[in-house]
Amino acid sequence: MATTEHVVAHQFDDAEQQHEASTLGMWLFLVTEILFFGGLFLLYVAYRVTYPEAFVDGSHHLDLRLGTINTVILIGSSLTMALGVHAAQVGRQRALVGFLLLTIVLGSAFLVIKGFEYAAKFEHGLVPGPGFALTGPLGPQVELFFCIYFAMTALHAIHMVIGVGVLAVIAMMASRGAFGPAYFTPVELMGLYWHFVDVVWIFLFPLLYLIGGR
Amino acid sequence: MSQHIVPVRVYVTIFAALMVLTALTVYVATLEHGALSTPIALAIAITKAMLVILYFMHVRYSSGLTQISIATGVLFLLVMIAITMADIVSRGWLGTPGS
Repeated sequence: MATTEHVVAHQFDDAEQQHEASTLGMWLFLVTEILFFGGLFLLYVAYRVTYPEAFVDGSHHLDLRLGTINTVILIGSSLTMALGVHAAQVGRQRALVGFLLLTIVLGSAFLVIKGFEYAAKFEHGLVPGPGFALTGPLGPQVELFFCIYFAMTALHAIHMVIGVGVLAVIAMMASRGAFGPAYFTPVELMGLYWHFVDVVWIFLFPLLYLIGGR
Repeated sequence: MSQHIVPVRVYVTIFAALMVLTALTVYVATLEHGALSTPIALAIAITKAMLVILYFMHVRYSSGLTQISIATGVLFLLVMIAITMADIVSRGWLGTPGS
């Protein structure tokens, strides 16, 4: 990829220092994201400790099969993303575009499955609000579980939608030969974001789907 | 650029480990473990997250400055949860004054 000479901004000594600064900057953004999602994880912990039975009950209304399939799909998309960064580093242009497209496909598959899960929740009246289907003594507490379930998975899904959108831009740039061994910072930073979203799901999956003995 | 290049073999191995851990956490959840089930599920999730962060996100090969920035973020998340839970868990201990 001799065509990918990238200009080093004047405040940096060399391309490596510039790359290092970009990586650190991306990580600082991801640290704010840790604390952004952290607020919801805190809410989850506080209410799960307060209403343990309702959380088990709510969790049993989730579709474990679809949740597991989505976990496999998302971790698979992290592999294709990592292989995409690798392809950029070693200058395999077509493999890079291919892996980025594969990541988009897997990310979209995750969102479609999540959509089916949400649709089933609407169908069964498990969406918090008027007409919530569970009316027993634990009803309002299970409703709270579903508030937290929807807030956390929807925030996660919004991150996925943004990720797929940015991936599409990066894939288009890659298909025009914008990246190679000399310059692949946007691909690398895209990877960091994508893996971060994967890490959030790695915690959401057991905390939402796998509690109270399935 | 003298960027560390992780071999494809490492990525595939990490992916395989993540799949095994996913199967393990689902299997463990189907058993009734009582008080132990959440610590086990969290231990598996933390292991999976560490594999993704260290290898897929290259943090194992990152600069010390990047590593300490990430550790600080995680530390403050734990501080936030610990201090809030110290309040929530202990609220009932002394009863409500005046009642």
